[in-house]
Amino acid sequence: ITCLVMYLFAEFDDAANLLAANPDATTISIDEPVEIPKNQRSRLQEPGREEDDELLGTDDSDKTELLAGQKKSAPFWTFEYYQTFFDVDTYQVLDRIKGSVFPVPGKNFVRLYIRSNPDLYGPFWICATLVFTIAVSGNLSNFFIHLGKPTYHYVPQFRKVSIAATAIYAYAWLVPLAVWGFLMWRNSKVMNIVSYSFLEIVCVYGYSLFIYIPTAILWIIPQKVVRWVMMMFSLCLSGSVLVMTFWPAVRDDNRRIALATVGMIVLLHALLAVGCLAYFFDAPELDFPAPISPTHNGTTVITKSQ
Amino acid sequence: FAGLADVSISEDIPVEGEITVPVGSRSPDEDYSTLDEPVRDTIMRDLKAVGKKFVHVMYPKKSSTLLRDWDLWGPLVLCVSLALMLQGGSADSKDDGGPQFAEVFVIIWFGAVVITLNSKLLGGTISFFQSLCVLGYCVLPLTVAMLVCRLVLLAGSGTVSFIIRLIVVVAMFGWSTLASTAFLADSQPPNRKALVVYPIFLFYFVISWMILTFTPQ
Repeated sequence: ITCLVMYLFAEFDDAANLLAANPDATTISIDEPVEIPKNQRSRLQEPGREEDDELLGTDDSDKTELLAGQKKSAPFWTFEYYQTFFDVDTYQVLDRIKGSVFPVPGKNFVRLYIRSNPDLYGPFWICATLVFTIAVSGNLSNFFIHLGKPTYHYVPQFRKVSIAATAIYAYAWLVPLAVWGFLMWRNSKVMNIVSYSFLEIVCVYGYSLFIYIPTAILWIIPQKVVRWVMMMFSLCLSGSVLVMTFWPAVRDDNRRIALATVGMIVLLHALLAVGCLAYFFDAPELDFPAPISPTHNGTTVITKSQ
Repeated sequence: FAGLADVSISEDIPVEGEITVPVGSRSPDEDYSTLDEPVRDTIMRDLKAVGKKFVHVMYPKKSSTLLRDWDLWGPLVLCVSLALMLQGGSADSKDDGGPQFAEVFVIIWFGAVVITLNSKLLGGTISFFQSLCVLGYCVLPLTVAMLVCRLVLLAGSGTVSFIIRLIVVVAMFGWSTLASTAFLADSQPPNRKALVVYPIFLFYFVISWMILTFTPQ
């Protein structure tokens, strides 16, 4: 496999040198399929031709499959194996976060930023931050909403942290597993050009959750309209990252199945956002129930209001 | 040894020295096993080591004492006292209350383990227990903040007391983060320092949040 990789790289170098000298020439290598020169030509031209970007995915995915096989060579019971998933520098993580917040139309997040180096640092710590941000913001927002009401007693509601953690980590790991399984299954039926490894899908999902962190902080504002507008906005941004990642992978499939898959991905993402907003943040217009109500035990309430 | 047959040593080179191997000439300290010393000495030695590390945390200079002789007594004492002080808040409501003792304990130890694993996976050269030791000892400023908060809450729980508590907790949170970063930053690869410092920041932020939102009842 190493020889094949070196051979491919050598071919690229030769072709790139030729093309640099004469940009319009078409180099055809006798030993390789004809698609490769077209991709190399597109790589040297201005980006923006969307079909070539998808094909860029093709060429890249061949090499990345090979390279991915090269990288994780340590056996899975050693520590070094897991270190390969954390092989990122600060600027790479920041770049990936930026790419998830400002999605460029037509550019695939996985191909552009991850480039066969999926990391687990981003997904794990973004989820952890999101868990604590939602719990803290929810607590703060409830505090401000009910501030001044005499019957309200502030409680930190620590239980909600564990619920938030379970929900968010389950979403960030089980949904990619389901998507990956589904894509693998469809891949066996329809030959797709673009395919992703499980870790790349986890990476995309993890980084796409980043936009919810500032959104959760802004959800402290106790206005219903503001909250829903911000939720729509962040849903559009992170949803578009996911759609642009997964559309090339299902595009060649049956039209209805492709649309259903992408629709399901967006729907689950929306459900997560709506669920978090509904469960952790009280509605602003909610009037705190009157202290004496027939269904509650009156004595408990009286001791509480001391 | 055939090649050495014709090597001869001249008779007039003096050969001197002692052949006897010295036995039992170790210094008296090594022979003195710590089983024989009074219990007070044993305890005082460990307490002094813990105390010295506390001082290092409060005045964080780049010294390797905390790293070289790690121990987990200090973190255990701090964790237990912090968890105990966080009890007794809103005890009547069973669902929505402050963190239970076990929750605080688990958060601190599990959080420290996860951060240590994270720094090792990113290529840090520090050992597992050294990192746990540093993270545990740097909880000391936050424990002091908790003590101050409880004393302030005894006086009253209005807005003024909240502002005092907020200032104290924020200051101690900054102190903890800076102290642990001062000790841990050198052992990380240079382009990943921020990746290692951020989880530490998150960890102390969560603990500070638990301290700040403590409401007695």
